[in-house]
Parts: sequence; structure tokens; C-alpha cells
Amino acid sequence: MSRYLDDFSLVDFTINALRVVIIVLVFWGAFNTLTLPADAGRITGEQWFDLFVAGLTQGSIYALIALGYTLVYGILLMINFAHGEIFMAGAFTTVFLATWMDKIGFLNGYPFVAIPLLIIFSGFISMIIAVLLERIAYRPLRGAPRLVPLITAIGASFFLQYTFRGLYGSGFKSYPTVDILKGSVAISGFSIPIARIFVFVSALVLMGGLYWLVERTKIGKAMRAVSEDKEVARLMGIDINFVIMFTFALGGLLAGAAGVINGLYRPQGVNFFMGFRPGIKAFTAAVLGGIGSVPGAMLGGLFLGVIEAIGPNLVMTGLGIPGPNQLQDVIAFTMLVLVLIFRPQGIIGERLTEKKA
Amino acid sequence: MSLLEVNDVHTYYGNIHALKGISFTVDEGEIVTLIGANGAGKTTTLRTVSGLMKPRNGTVFYADENIHDYEAHKMVSKGIAMVPEGRGVFGKMSVKENLELGAYYRNDAAGIRQDMEYMFSLFPRLGERHSQVAGTMSGGEQQMLVMARAMMSRPKLLLLDEPSMGLAPVLVDSVFDTVKRVSQEGMTILLVEQNAHMALQIADRGYVLQSGEIVLSDSAKNLQNDPIVQKTYLGVD
Ligand SMILES: Nc1ncnc2c1ncn2[C@@H]1O[C@H](COP(=O)(O)OP(=O)(O)OP(=O)(O)O)[C@@H](O)[C@H]1O
Ligand SMILES: [Mg+2]
Repeated sequence: MSRYLDDFSLVDFTINALRVVIIVLVFWGAFNTLTLPADAGRITGEQWFDLFVAGLTQGSIYALIALGYTLVYGILLMINFAHGEIFMAGAFTTVFLATWMDKIGFLNGYPFVAIPLLIIFSGFISMIIAVLLERIAYRPLRGAPRLVPLITAIGASFFLQYTFRGLYGSGFKSYPTVDILKGSVAISGFSIPIARIFVFVSALVLMGGLYWLVERTKIGKAMRAVSEDKEVARLMGIDINFVIMFTFALGGLLAGAAGVINGLYRPQGVNFFMGFRPGIKAFTAAVLGGIGSVPGAMLGGLFLGVIEAIGPNLVMTGLGIPGPNQLQDVIAFTMLVLVLIFRPQGIIGERLTEKKA
Repeated sequence: MSLLEVNDVHTYYGNIHALKGISFTVDEGEIVTLIGANGAGKTTTLRTVSGLMKPRNGTVFYADENIHDYEAHKMVSKGIAMVPEGRGVFGKMSVKENLELGAYYRNDAAGIRQDMEYMFSLFPRLGERHSQVAGTMSGGEQQMLVMARAMMSRPKLLLLDEPSMGLAPVLVDSVFDTVKRVSQEGMTILLVEQNAHMALQIADRGYVLQSGEIVLSDSAKNLQNDPIVQKTYLGVD
């Protein structure tokens, strides 16, 4: 009896109880949703498909941003909490260029030139901000206790928000609409909005490019070497300061590109604070996929997007909770907390080693 | 003129005075060994030469150039390669990628390919396992890999930090054979070893390091016969 009491841990018990409660709720909700009578608001197959595609679209934007978190973490074991602001920097700046391109008729006249130009421009802006951030705010703190750069990152995040507010004002802007992104295409009976295909395909191209770079090129090899062992990397002749700068640049480039892709998909809501939510969602995605892992960030982003889109409808409708789509963020952040409690190495990620933890 | 000339070098870890003014030289084509007990400062010496640490005082001349404030990553292109203590393979990368990283600063793709083939002929095991993830190889195989990786930069001076550590006796022999062979091909070697017995057998000269100071220097032969060395480092009564 006393042995049993010794082994009993209130924390473990609570965690396990929580686990059971969550699983029961999820299954109960899903079961109820799927067995709703057709006249009581059952969600049709077509609606599910729509939700799924919307989720993939949103998820591929998360994935692009999540890569920035994961690349930096992989190399510096540091969470760059100002990464959402790097996304904002590109997206916010480029809205002016896009508006101007629209006004002179270039955007709709030559969309196949204009859109890539916008993406490159935004990527470039975000890249510069990311590199400056590393150089000015993070590099001097390298080797400091891990809490120090974390706090600096939060400070940098506010700094960037208010700098851009000072530059461009606090009002909301929106991206112009592009005609070729309007409408839908029908693929074997399902209709998919073109804008979503655009987002998904652009993200796929960028992620493919990044994967190739990390896995196949010399600089990619250097990045992986630095992330495994900085000292040995230096002995190989790798300039780790350059590699770290390059890593920030890459993360910035992807975030900036995501800014335009997002803006052309959902034009509203461009302002100095726009990086906060996607930033924190993408961080969640990176953690879901196992922070530090490149494929993890990609899959984590897509996964989060899909879960966010489908989850509330699937579970909460069945539990009788109204307006499930307004609870997307609740789902996302609940997932973050749950993953951090139950699987800190991420859903598909490797276990954090002693060194990294 | 010596290839490497270390003059009165003092190196610190914070306030810990690890090297207290050491001086030694390594001539072209030589095998020089540094022996000493745990904590004597052998690793610190190699780290100072390779640029991983900066000496607070003193100079390090390599090929008549004062290199003591060069960044570590510059040293490779100067011709200095180091096999660190505890090997340091890139465990998540393949054998081939590890070797390619050894040749990181080089841009002659054909030469790199040729050298890689040569390493595979020196260490057939690496050739057989070229796509294996390095972290899953045995200790002996990893040791071969890091030696081969260091040679991929075509160094003039090779710094080896306890290459025989943790290996079975058979493998220890093969490591020392390799060192000898590499040396015969014209590479200059600075070898740190706990296994003083083996090190003095293949070395031309040796230095004995004790608490951050060089207390003895002589030809390897004389050191082998020195009563203090015999007692302290060779375990002869
Ligand atoms: N990172 C460090 N921080 C503080 N002191 C250190 C550090 N590394 C080594 N030292 C100290 O410096 C001195 C020399 O260490 P070094 O590693 O050079 O010894 P060594 O001769 O290589 O020993 P071993 O045979 O155990 O490898 C030791 O007293 C050691 O405690
Ligand atoms: Mg040592």
C-alpha cells in the first residue's frame, strides 16, 4: 500500500486523466457530428473537401513561416520570436508596391511577371530585416544564457512593430485583387478556388527549393554541419557567422514571400500588427513538426492548417458548440499546449537530445 | 625553419590559466607528439594552434606567418587540419557528406572526387559504407572517417587529438599505421596521445606537458628511455 502511494504522482495522474478526457471528447464530438441527420446541419462531403482545401492553403502559408523558426532553431537553438514581424515587414512594405503596380495596370496586365516580382521584392525586404536583426540584436548575445536572446527577440518584435507603424502608419491597408486569381476550377467534380491553388503551388515551389538547397548544395551542407557541431564545422573551414547570417536570410526570404502570397489570397488586414497571429501559429506548426526539422515545419504547417479548418467543425459541431469556425485559434493553441505537454519533440520530429533540450 | 613555431603561448579558459607559456616547434615532415596526463593542456594546445582558441600572450607562427589571431575557419585553407578529441563526426550526415565537408574550402570538384576515391582505397570500409549515416558507424569506423575527412582538405599540418582513444587494441594499431602512412606521404603531424607508448614509437620527437608547461623535450627515442617518462607515462617500474 505504501509502495503504491510512493509511486503515485499527482502530476502524472492529472496528465493521464487529461489525455483520456480529451480523447473521449474528440471522439464523442466527431461521432456526433458525423451522425447528425442530414436535415440537422450535417456537413456534406463537398463541404468537408472545401474545408480541407482551405486548410491546406492556410497551412502552406504557416509552413513557409514555420521554416524560418525551425531553420534558426536548428542552428542556434534559439526561438526567434520576432519572426512574425519579419513576415510583416515584407508584406506591409510590398502592399505599396502592389498598389502602385495595380494603379498603372501592370499587375493585371502582366500578372505572371508582376506576382513573382512582388514575391521577390517582399522576400528581399524581409531578408534584409532578418539579417539586420541577427547582426544587431542577436549576434552580440551569442553565448549568453538562453533566456537573454529570447527576451531580446520579444523586444525586437515590439521594436519592429512600432518602427513599421511609424513608417507606414497604423491604418489597415489591403492588397489589390488580381483578376487571374479570381474564380475556381473544377477538378473531377470538386471546385477549387484558383487563389488557393496559387497559394499552394507557390508554397510548394518555395519549399521544394529550400529542401533542395538544404539537402543538395554546399551551403546547405554547411548549414547542417553548423547545426550539428559548430566547433567541428569551424574546423572544416566553415565560417559559422556567414552560415548563421545565411540562415536568417533564408528564413526571412520565405517569410517575406509568404507575406505576398498571403496578401494576394486574403487581401485584407495589412498593418503593423499583422505578423503576430501568423507568427505564433507558424511557431505552433514548427513545434508540431518538431522544431529544428525542415520537413517537420513543412508538414507541421500543413497539418495545423488542416486541423484548424476541419477540427472545430468535426468536434465542436457534434458537441453542440455554436460557430465552430470562430474557435480556430482555440484549436491551434490547445494543440500547441498539448504537444508541448505530451510530445515536446513534435508529432513527427525526433526527440530533443539532452544538448538541445 | 620550422613549419609550426609556438612561442611562449598563454591560453586561458576564463580565469583558468591552462597553458602557461609553452614553446615548441614542428618541422616539415616530422611526427611530433605531445604527451601528458589528463588536464595537462594537450587539447588546449591543439585548439590554440587550430584557432579555436586565442592565446592571450605569445605567438603562433605557421609557415612563417603569424596566425594566432586568425579565425579557425581560415586555418584550413592555410593547410592546417585537426581531428578533434572525441572524433566529432557529423552523425546525421552520410560518410560521403562528411568527407565532402572536409574539402569544404576547396573548389576543384575533380580533385575532390579523386581524393575521395583515394580515401576509399586507404579505408575500404568507408567506401563500402559511403552512404551510411556516420552516427551509426562503429567507433573504429568513425575514427577512420575523421582521419580521412581531415585529409580531404589536403593539409600540410595535421593535428590529431587522441586518435586511439576508446579503440580496441587491434584498431589502435591500425590507427597508428595510418598515421605513419600519412606521414610518409609528406604530411607533418602533431599528435596528442594518452597512449605514450605507441605515440613515441612512431614519433620523431616528443614534448612532455605537465600542468600547462612543457617539462621535457627530446627525440622520441630518448624519451622512451627517460626514467621519468618511463615511470610516469609508460608504466614501467
Ligand atoms: N572548457 C573549459 N573550461 C574551463 N577549463 C577548462 C576547459 N577545458 C579545459 N579546461 C582546463 O584546462 C586544463 C587543460 O585541459 P585540456 O583539455 O587541454 O587537457 P588535456 O591534456 O587535453 O587532458 P585530457 O588528456 O584529459 O584530454 C585542465 O585543467 C582543464 O580542467
Ligand atoms: Mg584532451
